[in-house]
Amino acid sequence: MNFILKMAWRDTRASRRRLLLYSLSIVLGVAALIGISSLGDSLRAAVDAQAKGLLGADLSASGRQKFSETTLTRLRAAGGEMALGVATTTMATFGDTGHRLVQLTAVEGGFPFYGDVETVPAGALTRLPEGNNAVVEEALLTSAGLAIGGEIKLGPTRFTVVGVLKKYPGQSPFAAMFAPRVQVSMPALQATNLLNRGSLSTHTAYLKLPLAIDAKAVERKLREDLRSERLNFATAEERKEQLGDALKNVFAFTSLVGFLALFLGAVGVASAMHVFIRQRLATVAILRCLGASARTGFAIYLTQGLGLGLAGSSLGVGLGLALQFALPLLLRNLLPYQIEFVISWPAILKGVAAGVGVSALFTLLPLLEVRRISPLHVLRSGYEDEDRPDPWRWAVYAAIGAAVFGFAALQTSSWKLGLAFSAAMGVSFAVLTGAARGLIWLARRAPTGRLPYTWRQGVANVHRPNNRTLLLMMSLGLGTFMLLTLLLVRSSLLAQLRGMGAGERPNLMFFDVQADQLEPLKTIALREGVPLVKISPIITMRLSSLKGRTAEELVADKTNSLPGWALRREYRSTYRAALDTAEKVIAGKFEGAVPAGAARVPVSIEESLAKDLQLKLGDELDFNVQGVPVAAVIGSIRQVEWRRMQTNFFFVFPMGPLDGAPVTFAAAAKAPTPADTARLQRAVARELPNVSTIDLGFVLGMLDGIFTKIAWAVSFLASFTVITGLVVLVSAVLMGRHQRVREAVLLRTLGAQRGQLRQIMFAEYTVLGLLAAATGGGLAVAANFLLARFLFKVPALPPLPLLAGAVAAVTALTIITGWLANRGVSGHPPLAILREET
Amino acid sequence: MIVQPILNVQRLTKTYPTAAGPLTVLHEVSFTLLAGGTCAIVGPSGSGKTTLLGLCAGLDRPSSGSVELAGREIGSLDEDGRARVRNECVGFVFQNFQLIPTLTAFENVLVPLELRGETGQAEEARGLLERVGLGERLDHYPVKLSGGEQQRVALARAFINRPRILFCDEPTGNLDGDTAHAMVDLIFGLNRERGTTLVLVTHDLELAGRTSRIIRLRSGAVISDETT
Repeated sequence: MNFILKMAWRDTRASRRRLLLYSLSIVLGVAALIGISSLGDSLRAAVDAQAKGLLGADLSASGRQKFSETTLTRLRAAGGEMALGVATTTMATFGDTGHRLVQLTAVEGGFPFYGDVETVPAGALTRLPEGNNAVVEEALLTSAGLAIGGEIKLGPTRFTVVGVLKKYPGQSPFAAMFAPRVQVSMPALQATNLLNRGSLSTHTAYLKLPLAIDAKAVERKLREDLRSERLNFATAEERKEQLGDALKNVFAFTSLVGFLALFLGAVGVASAMHVFIRQRLATVAILRCLGASARTGFAIYLTQGLGLGLAGSSLGVGLGLALQFALPLLLRNLLPYQIEFVISWPAILKGVAAGVGVSALFTLLPLLEVRRISPLHVLRSGYEDEDRPDPWRWAVYAAIGAAVFGFAALQTSSWKLGLAFSAAMGVSFAVLTGAARGLIWLARRAPTGRLPYTWRQGVANVHRPNNRTLLLMMSLGLGTFMLLTLLLVRSSLLAQLRGMGAGERPNLMFFDVQADQLEPLKTIALREGVPLVKISPIITMRLSSLKGRTAEELVADKTNSLPGWALRREYRSTYRAALDTAEKVIAGKFEGAVPAGAARVPVSIEESLAKDLQLKLGDELDFNVQGVPVAAVIGSIRQVEWRRMQTNFFFVFPMGPLDGAPVTFAAAAKAPTPADTARLQRAVARELPNVSTIDLGFVLGMLDGIFTKIAWAVSFLASFTVITGLVVLVSAVLMGRHQRVREAVLLRTLGAQRGQLRQIMFAEYTVLGLLAAATGGGLAVAANFLLARFLFKVPALPPLPLLAGAVAAVTALTIITGWLANRGVSGHPPLAILREET
Repeated sequence: MIVQPILNVQRLTKTYPTAAGPLTVLHEVSFTLLAGGTCAIVGPSGSGKTTLLGLCAGLDRPSSGSVELAGREIGSLDEDGRARVRNECVGFVFQNFQLIPTLTAFENVLVPLELRGETGQAEEARGLLERVGLGERLDHYPVKLSGGEQQRVALARAFINRPRILFCDEPTGNLDGDTAHAMVDLIFGLNRERGTTLVLVTHDLELAGRTSRIIRLRSGAVISDETT
């Protein structure tokens, strides 16, 4: 063992810098894994530490109606302190033409009981009771072009902005993008009259419980006592668990991106080891001659392989920790709150283990050759080792497959996803290998006779012995594939969203229109030249029983697998005589009117909800329509195109049975220009202030912003794969440099000009870069098609300019990297290079 | 005193498969060498000298026939078994020196002992390098040594494991006249001092003439076996 370690170390003497460069291939992969995993751990630690700050209270109870005195008494009976809050969505207007959907909130009492509140200027919230003052989220100020001291109008009331809300318990960064929070005092909110006009508002009671009281137990008891109120409860602990689960998923998937960079780097290390071993053929043969066993030779180079993995992983640890600083900056607007930098030893250990493990596994492939190096090499330099199939090679391939699957399955906690990830990688590798072999075949047979000499030589370099074609195709192709897939998927999704408002489809939606506001809304729309195109009645209801069992029973029964949210939620349903164009019946028959003599109303249920509630045609269910029971039966199951910009519903009733139930309306309009949209929105905000308006153009802008942020963060990680590909490219070029120097020297001796040598290199890297990028691009187009069609269910775009741009960029990068790594080969006199390099 | 045979070669044949059919490069070669003796294998290029040396030293396996080295039939051993025999009984000197480029002269000499797991033999290695005139060059890498110096390091390495038989493949082939002369003196001197059996493969008839026996090969067969 001592000899093996000593020999492994001594053997690196002449090539330590080169070996270190090879080990760089895995640095980025390990760094990505450690950075992502550490950030995940930091976030989880922050979630744990600030759990109560997520809710701002121990327990919250919310509902659509104002709390009755009985409810309030029961809530107070839980002990501790209570605060009441109310929130409603409304339009804020500012300046002459500005308007934006906002979340208007007011809180009474000591809320938040936990967590930090940060305003600019500090303590701005204390100024709310002074009058019509508002503290708003920054997103509103930015879009309104307002500053502190500016004025916004909510309903009929004007408010002065006295501060910016930077941090508030329960604040969601995504919600802020759509409808920024505007906080006012409770009396001021009530004075706007916005709550009285039936707009969709949420009333919340926040409880701070004495230390000795278990929030979960209180929640259970209150759920039981206030069952009829149908309140939604949340505890800080639940929030923590939900957020923890979401974070786990996000970090599991992003770490797979990091793993891909590591995997690619390991291919690079293995390839470098392959060349290195070939250069060590004589040393192994000498050792064998002097009595070293096959195992000893193998162990020496395996130790080196492990050393490379360890060196690369150690550098990766440093970079990973640096990345941990960078990622929060990139994800700034997507994270729920500030996080502190924490060194996560488990993440570091995991990253190092993955780095060393994966590179060792890959290194085994070239190392298997060491066992077969014959001592006869010392007698005959051209001796060829036996070339019979090696069963160990298949064992190593199987181990690599198992490692990829194991890692992916562990990260995603799903063996199916692990299998899908491994299969996708397997297919990508197979396609890239096939393309590389095809290129070699083609380069060998291509009729290049008419090409200039430099191009013929460059193309020949693609297939000649010791070519790096396969490795370069693999590294560059995979990097291109990864990055381009992200870009293509993003553009497909955005194109679909943009298409939502195209043609005759509506691009403006109005919600919370009261029955007596429908006619005025129509009039306003007509007056502003944008008539309403679609009006849907909306009736809120809850499920009271399902197939003979009450919703409460089903929720309490832990043995059933029906989701609690689907049993507890308030459904906003509609009634119609016919189906909408965005709907398609996939089972049963849609009934537009109740058939004569029917004991139950035939309702149509949306496909995914039917699956969640395990309902099929003919199943009976009962609704509580604001106190009135309605007996129904599943008459049809519908497929709904949710992505259309219009009101879609889980349940559609026939005409008749819901007549007389309290109803609000949703309406849609098609505004030809943004100016029409703005004019109509402003008119509605002025005349019907409780009506919420959603402008598709605005939503698109928001979604684009979110996609861009997510895509930027993921692309940042995916770019690690591309950079790893370039590091592998540099290693590959340097590995073959020795051979290139000899050739260049020979060509120089025979009279080749420097320019000609550069042209040869240019030709070779152009062919390689072009094909690697094109193959990666082809894979990305296929992946985009599959993801768009089967996962996102949107049409896949053939974005040719993006594809062409990516292929050109990767080819250019390949040529530049190849040129940089080959610098000096053609620029020195032949003799000097021979002495230095050979 | 009865002198035991150290190398017993019987009906040794080596055939390689080629595209044009099997190619026999060594055909039914037989001879026995007694311990402490010196022997030269000579013949023109392509006569099978190096193939015979490789088979005798256990670097390769015969197609048929047997090789008994130091009392062990090495044809039946696997590669690791033959490696053990080489480490215990055999020393090598090659035409192109075959030093490990990443090890110093001193470390190159120590390798055979380190492979056995033996430590504390530094003095012996140092002594051998001094004996071959390289006492001042212990820490030099092969690239910093001349051809003659590299071959002397190889000779010191060949003797470090106290071999019972030393195989030399054209040991002076890459050396100039004076250096070659000095090298030959060293080989024979050390061989005498340590009682090692010496097998030389060479084109150089003058060098062959310094051994006590000359085996001549042509086209893979022994055409003469003379004691000088």
